[in-house]
Amino acid sequence: MALAPIAEGLFEEADGAPRLIGARRKSDGRMVFPAPTGPEAANYERTPLSPDGVLWAFTIQRFRPKSPPYAGAEDEASFRPYAVGYVELPGEVIVETRIETDDFSSLRVGAPMRLTLVPFQRVGGDVLAYAFEPVA
Amino acid sequence: MTDVHIVGAGIHPFGRHDDKSGLDQGVFAVREALADAGLDWTAMQFGFGGSDAAGNADAVLPRLGLTGMQFVNVKNGCAAGGSALLSGYWAIKSGEFDLGVVVGFDKHPRGAFNPEPADWGLPDWYGDIGLMLTTQFFGTKINRYMSLHGISPTTLGRVAEKAYENGVRAPHAWRREAIGLNAIMNSRMISDPLTQFMFCSPAEGGAALILASDRKMREFGLAGPKLRGAAVRTRLNGSFEVFSPSLDVERAPSPTQLASQAAYDMAGVDPSDIDVAQLQDTESGAEIMHMAENGFCADGGQERMLAEGATRLGGSLPVNTDGGCLACGEPIGASGLRQVYENAQQLRGRAEGRQVEHARLGYSQVYGAPGLSAIVILEA
Repeated sequence: MALAPIAEGLFEEADGAPRLIGARRKSDGRMVFPAPTGPEAANYERTPLSPDGVLWAFTIQRFRPKSPPYAGAEDEASFRPYAVGYVELPGEVIVETRIETDDFSSLRVGAPMRLTLVPFQRVGGDVLAYAFEPVA
Repeated sequence: MTDVHIVGAGIHPFGRHDDKSGLDQGVFAVREALADAGLDWTAMQFGFGGSDAAGNADAVLPRLGLTGMQFVNVKNGCAAGGSALLSGYWAIKSGEFDLGVVVGFDKHPRGAFNPEPADWGLPDWYGDIGLMLTTQFFGTKINRYMSLHGISPTTLGRVAEKAYENGVRAPHAWRREAIGLNAIMNSRMISDPLTQFMFCSPAEGGAALILASDRKMREFGLAGPKLRGAAVRTRLNGSFEVFSPSLDVERAPSPTQLASQAAYDMAGVDPSDIDVAQLQDTESGAEIMHMAENGFCADGGQERMLAEGATRLGGSLPVNTDGGCLACGEPIGASGLRQVYENAQQLRGRAEGRQVEHARLGYSQVYGAPGLSAIVILEA
């Protein structure tokens, strides 16, 4: 069964290829992610973002974040550190993201990255989240 | 226009004080500052107070005396204390008042802050998947800076080593035991490249300053450092700040760079004129980046400066002479005023055990969420 996305309007899939959905502010063209919701959405034009980018900055999250706000289903004992950071989508925007890799030592600023959709084990059931992974 | 002077300075030691509220510590600091100036509370014409998590700052009034004075609570993120000082500065500079108090205090729960996405205008998924951590932001930011400018992990360790060394010498510091470089480097990794001992902790404390115009200072026969420059600036598009799901491709100067330039312009001095500096060191990486953002070196120059001990006591530019946030902890409302307290002690020759000889110009910078910076330049 297909997993429900972690939030509506965060990403889309066309022909099996995922895209994050950003938004361009009508007044000055500033690009943001995620696309604003509610009354603020009227000031923006939603636009799918490039799935390809380069690693701009990263760190490794070494401890299980506090809940709330973290909603991962794992406990302290089963927590596994994850990479996280920013990927620059050239000419568009720099987005914050989890980075799908176990090979932390191979991560380098400037390395090519591609968007992927991944299951996230959230308290109450799995959902579909976005992440970037190194391009082999 | 009149100049503004600090004619009294008081502090409640930072750390953990289970038997005292944040308010207790703020009141203590005000009484210390009044005693330092030799003034009575009833002489105060105004007050500005900052507290982020320990209640309303104006709760000091029933304790100190309900005199009918103007008092304004200041809430401004990590720059609450710095903003209270600026407000007091303008109150006197404008000519409306000529004697008053600024106070900051706080008391935070143990461990990292755990903010809620909605309070920051962010969607729930951002917190759900584990992106909403200040520690993560600090690790990410310095990691990029290090890769761009050739800073080594050892240099981060040296920042913390210096902080704990200085903390030993500062009576108001929380952590007053030296920690060796190896112990710092080998402590638990929190967010690469930052280890546990490279981070400050939320803490408790209070700090207060008595501000006076030239005229009032002479009238009471007082003396004290002069505020030469004071500025708060906020973030631009293209600044790299905490809890940002996206950043602009086109980069921009940081709020610290903006505030720093404004303060230097007001003071008419250059970074090379500064004798002692207190820089925001939420973690080791912040001090490294802030050395450059405040104009004390070029990007990358920190590597050599730390190796040569330039920022230690006795170095060419001592930084965080009381151990900074790393040794004192970070009670948000009090932290920026602690920096100015330390500079006031240095410029008055009262920083016993950690005195920077012949210090004439003292610089302080508090920076934090959601992307703002407050700078004060004091002259002896």
